[in-house]
Amino acid sequence: MTNEIIRLLAFLVGIIAFAALNAAYLVWVERKGAAHFQRRIGPKEVGPYGLLQPLADGAKLMSKQLLVPDGVDPILFKIAPLMVLVPAIMSFVTIPFGEHLAARNVDIGLLMVFAFASINVLGLLLGSWGSANKYAVIAAARVISQNIAYEIPMLLTAIALVMATNTMNLNEMVGLQAGGFWHWNLIKLTFTASPLTPIAFLIFFTTMLAETNRAPFDMAEAESELVAGSFTEYSGMGFGVFFMGEYANIVIGAALTTILFLGGWQSPLPFLPNSVVWFLIKMYAIIFTVVWIRWTFPRTQFYALLNLSWKVLIPISLVNLIVTAGWLKVF
Amino acid sequence: MAYFIELISGTKSLFIGMGITIKEFFKPVVTLQYPHESLQMTARFRGHIELIRNLETGGNNCVVCGMCQKACPSNCITVDGEKREGVKGKVLTLYTLDFTKCSLCGMCVESCKFSAIQFSKDYNLAGPSRAAYVFDLLKRLEEQK
Repeated sequence: MTNEIIRLLAFLVGIIAFAALNAAYLVWVERKGAAHFQRRIGPKEVGPYGLLQPLADGAKLMSKQLLVPDGVDPILFKIAPLMVLVPAIMSFVTIPFGEHLAARNVDIGLLMVFAFASINVLGLLLGSWGSANKYAVIAAARVISQNIAYEIPMLLTAIALVMATNTMNLNEMVGLQAGGFWHWNLIKLTFTASPLTPIAFLIFFTTMLAETNRAPFDMAEAESELVAGSFTEYSGMGFGVFFMGEYANIVIGAALTTILFLGGWQSPLPFLPNSVVWFLIKMYAIIFTVVWIRWTFPRTQFYALLNLSWKVLIPISLVNLIVTAGWLKVF
Repeated sequence: MAYFIELISGTKSLFIGMGITIKEFFKPVVTLQYPHESLQMTARFRGHIELIRNLETGGNNCVVCGMCQKACPSNCITVDGEKREGVKGKVLTLYTLDFTKCSLCGMCVESCKFSAIQFSKDYNLAGPSRAAYVFDLLKRLEEQK
């Protein structure tokens, strides 16, 4: 019993530290990445390679006044940043970083991650509504319709995978992808997954970008149109917590993509040992791709964004679902 | 059918775009780390004027003829000199440039027949008041030693 409590405490501390460190250092990665894509150096003054920049940013954000403007809903305004950050950290509970490195090996892990990921939108909506700011409300309306549109293809591709693997347990899903990179769901050369899986991967990745409100789908922020979107009225650490939530969500999205399509902690070649290192390499590769995409493509127009989901991603993911069902029936 | 063609060509164009940016990612940086390094100005760059050092005497080439002062359309330049014992010609005692009014037209440099002034390569100028832009070029020449 005490062992179990110590284990949970260790995971609690570890997960919060992992999420916070990632949030802090992904900002650094983002700025360095942005700089090099534009052939600049990026942060370099604070510490070697600017590595202490996140600490300086944190100190700056924390020393700023937490301004609560007149006319805002005081409770919703303060609760909203937490509603973005806490579910993201909760999702880490089921993520299997290694074969035995998961806080809780829940049988419906996939469902749980999706359930918590949806709360993020609610947090943005409440924060925007609470700040009584027209830009924030417009951003909230956009985010809601965007998330409704993109949740569907995301879940459809996930369902196709669940049908093929016959489990919602994330650790078991990784276990089924053992034995080299040709066994990963992305390019499975066996007859257990449908041949459309690479396309499903692209759809999942696109919807992951949209769900985490990343460029080119960053309707929640849209600086050039909506000041700072949902975060317009937030200052200091209120804004900081929102940002941590955003980056924690990106980590979750990348981790989920790794688990579902890239074999989680499985090594790419059968003779190499499986370890948490593989998981981290794959996850950060995906995160780098996310940064790469952000600094490549401009923000989409809002109707183009909805068109992409309703006219392209949803039909194709439905076809993928049907093909997977047929494939499983035949083979 | 047009739907699929558009879809495929669109997806392809996205990957082409990503290919271009990743190539840029690995290229060397092109920006200058300004406070730590600064750019060497090109030969024809026009900064404020400065006195040319005479490499033989170590002083200036000015004979205090006052042509630059007369040529200046904005009256930026004040030149003064004095006669000294044992020295041929006048000796420059004062050369001030009011850079707040200077438009870098170059009439002074053109009018000088003794190669006494030229455009400097100074471009990173900042000062707390207008007075900071009234340069004493004689003092500047001395400080450059």
